Amino acid sequence: MNLMPNIVVLVKRVPDTNARIVVNGDRVDLSAVKWVISPYDEFAIETALQHKEADGGSVTALTLGPAGADKILKDAKAIGVDEIVRLWDDSWSEMDSNATQSALAQAITNIGAEVVYCGKTAADTGAGSTGPGIAERLGWASVSNITDASFGGGLTVTSPVENGSAKISVSGNAVISCDKGNLKVRKPNVKGIMMAKRAQVNVVGADAPASSVTIVSQTPPPAKPAGKKYEGGSSAEEVARLLRDEANVI
Amino acid sequence: MSESIIIAETNKGSIAPVTAELVSAAIALGTSPIVVVPCTDAAMADNAGYDGVSRTIAVKGDCFANYDAASWAAAIDSASPSGIIIAAATPQSKDVASRIAARRGLSIVQDVVAIDGMNLTSPIYSGKAMQTVALSGDAAVSIRANIFGAAASSAANVSVVDQSGDVATAVQEIIARASTRLDVAEANIIISGGRGMGSPDNFSHLEKIADVLGAAVGASRAAVDTWEQIPHSMQVGQTGKTVNPNLYIAVGISGAIQHLAGMRSSKYIVAVNKDADAPIFAHADYGIVATWEETLPVLESALSSMMS
Ligand SMILES: Cc1cc2nc3c(=O)[nH]c(=O)nc-3n(C[C@H](O)[C@H](O)[C@H](O)COP(=O)(O)OP(=O)(O)OC[C@H]3O[C@@H](n4cnc5c(N)ncnc54)[C@H](O)[C@@H]3O)c2cc1C
Ligand SMILES: Nc1ncnc2c1ncn2[C@@H]1O[C@H](COP(=O)(O)O)[C@@H](O)[C@H]1O
Repeated sequence: MNLMPNIVVLVKRVPDTNARIVVNGDRVDLSAVKWVISPYDEFAIETALQHKEADGGSVTALTLGPAGADKILKDAKAIGVDEIVRLWDDSWSEMDSNATQSALAQAITNIGAEVVYCGKTAADTGAGSTGPGIAERLGWASVSNITDASFGGGLTVTSPVENGSAKISVSGNAVISCDKGNLKVRKPNVKGIMMAKRAQVNVVGADAPASSVTIVSQTPPPAKPAGKKYEGGSSAEEVARLLRDEANVI
Repeated sequence: MSESIIIAETNKGSIAPVTAELVSAAIALGTSPIVVVPCTDAAMADNAGYDGVSRTIAVKGDCFANYDAASWAAAIDSASPSGIIIAAATPQSKDVASRIAARRGLSIVQDVVAIDGMNLTSPIYSGKAMQTVALSGDAAVSIRANIFGAAASSAANVSVVDQSGDVATAVQEIIARASTRLDVAEANIIISGGRGMGSPDNFSHLEKIADVLGAAVGASRAAVDTWEQIPHSMQVGQTGKTVNPNLYIAVGISGAIQHLAGMRSSKYIVAVNKDADAPIFAHADYGIVATWEETLPVLESALSSMMS
């Protein structure tokens, strides 16, 4: 990987993980939730900033979302990214993974990035598709779910494998998705917050193919029938029996 | 009937049982499945025959010695005909399926827990809601374990394709897991401890029960953050692992929404907590209101005598 890399970090706006998710009609109603940067994207921001501190270059935070997503870009700016870019077209709604990834890959190409950091999964979709999908579209390497990274001329990441974890060196351009790992994420400081207030969001567009996966409905999770509740540790004997005879799980 | 491509789930050099569940999912989608086995030794594919599967393709290549997403996706893609791609919803298979979908310009639907015709349902917002989508045409799909019944095994009709892809990453070193225990992501039974365990040493009581059941030991974030002896790899939840075992036993865990996010889809949930109002009880099939100190010894001896 080059010195002075052009680094992009993908950030997504999601409901705070404590938010109550209500369904109205056949869609989730997010009108009352508090929005935050998706939790794993905070690790992606931290990793991107550490990469820049080691090798130089610049960090651009990129989100695909409507105007309301400017807030999380400014939050990223307050933490320390250099540039903030929002990708949007008013004709977009309920994009499937193919549309989302195609649009983001174009924006990344236009920014001229050489390395992209993103979250392991977004807190809304839980999918983990975006990072590897974009890498494929760009013809780049990808490593997902990393728990550690080191820089200095080359990029080495740690990611889980059968029986443990592997230290993997990445040559060439790559998309890296970040798990929680051992990083402590930095918090914005006063100067950062002041700078973020004045920061300009660069709004860009791209082409997105029509979605071939369409949302039929969003519903509350199926209610679980009330379980059996016992008092006292001696009831563990009865519970063990039920696990065998009623639940058939042991 | 259109074909679908099942990417066999492999684990320590053999075919993982979830592969048989993928066959049932493929049939539920109204497709006729072909099983594709990524391997370095085609003999592995001999165990990947199932009722309802017409053929098994062993994709044999050096690139499959270590996981590298780009080369795996390229090699599997070139060896596979067109059709709906079906993989297990494990971290690695979700990753490689995402790249194969992108290679083919397809969309991907992850973590499917129900299939109705071409409608697929998955959890969203960490299980706080469910989403049903409709496919029009080919797509990639990952399926959660323990949802679909396993298709019966039968003789495999194997053809071998030699195929490799350009490896874009290099493994420098494998750091073996300190503990030889089963990982929570691989286990059918999990017993997890939270801050209510009082100290990391007390996790030995959970380990004893895990040994009896062949279970993995997990933890809440509070336990992982409070005690450095409890590694993050054990953490279940929003910022830990999402698990879907047959049985999840939560001990001294309050049941915060972020913990539930990782385990609420477990088939059966047992909770042991001294606080009768702990939120975990709302999700438990069997709840025991008591301290772990008085509960775990009884549970261990009851299970030991049942299992012996
Ligand atoms: C962005 C974000 C992400 C998060 N991700 C995760 C995650 O991935 N996983 C996760 O678990 N949490 C996560 N959390 C934290 C979560 O909100 C809770 O703080 C955490 O789950 C609490 O852990 P706990 O239940 O072990 O501890 P506590 O909430 O302290 O509960 C301890 C429980 O033990 C019981 N207890 C005490 N003594 C005994 C005894 N002797 N016998 C029996 N019971 C006893 C108590 O009654 C209590 O219910 C996250 C939070 C945020 C904000
Ligand atoms: N709309 C989006 N805008 C920016 N980044 C995104 C978007 N969707 C997904 N990502 C990135 O991809 C990661 C994984 O998302 P997902 O594939 O939806 O689980 C997220 O954590 C983000 O880093």
